[in-house]
Amino acid sequence: MVELMEKSAFGGLLPVEVGTCRIFAALPEPMHLVSPYKGQGKPLSDAMKKAHGMAFPAAGRATGKEGARLVWFGLEQAMLIGPAPDARLSEFAAVVDQSDGWAVLRLQGPQAEDVLARLVPVDMRAGHFKRGQTVRTQLQHLHVSITRVGSEVFQIMAMRSMAKTLVDELQGAMRLVAAR
Amino acid sequence: MRIKCPLCGERDLREFYYQGADVALMRPAPDAGPAAWDDYLYTRDNPAGETRDLWQHEYGCGAWLLVQRNTVTHEILNVTLAKKRGRS
Repeated sequence: MVELMEKSAFGGLLPVEVGTCRIFAALPEPMHLVSPYKGQGKPLSDAMKKAHGMAFPAAGRATGKEGARLVWFGLEQAMLIGPAPDARLSEFAAVVDQSDGWAVLRLQGPQAEDVLARLVPVDMRAGHFKRGQTVRTQLQHLHVSITRVGSEVFQIMAMRSMAKTLVDELQGAMRLVAAR
Repeated sequence: MRIKCPLCGERDLREFYYQGADVALMRPAPDAGPAAWDDYLYTRDNPAGETRDLWQHEYGCGAWLLVQRNTVTHEILNVTLAKKRGRS
């Protein structure tokens, strides 16, 4: 039988450190997109709470903590990151394994907000974008999900095929911020 | 131009895809007759003033939005989720 090897979406591109900021690959975790069926939002949220201790997040919110997160991912969609989804969730929602579909990295540093300010058309400063908040937006031309997971740490997810572009864009912005 | 998405808040125009007039929500019945279908498929108003369009927040939450705006002043008057209104 063929033994399949797990490969990082970023190959040897990460980690990268420029100035005060660093980008590094997030630990690979199972990721499942959960989309409630019509009218099943409430029972799904209850089942989520019972099985994983997290209610279905409101728009722009991420719940949970390291190792078990539920990140709002768009209209009636949330990404379950970490735990394997409870079988009961499938009664109320379409649950799709997308673990290999996303390139997930973290941007960390005191100037992380300045780096994002050059790439993202949304205000990512702490006053507007606190821990536990998440956005679907653009990072240059990439459709990304950005979640603040710490006071100076952002989790950025892009489609796996765009991993190299994501690193390139971030690296460029980090250089410009460091040069100021 | 900035559009206030009901889910994501106020976002830049670049995140949105423009579909056009909201006629897609007003599909005539299958037996409505050729005149109604011709009107639905081909005839569009081109108002100087208030108009209602469909936009998709494609680089955001993905929702289809019903946007009421003024083509003269570029003012955005109202934005709602298209799914809330449904087809008529």
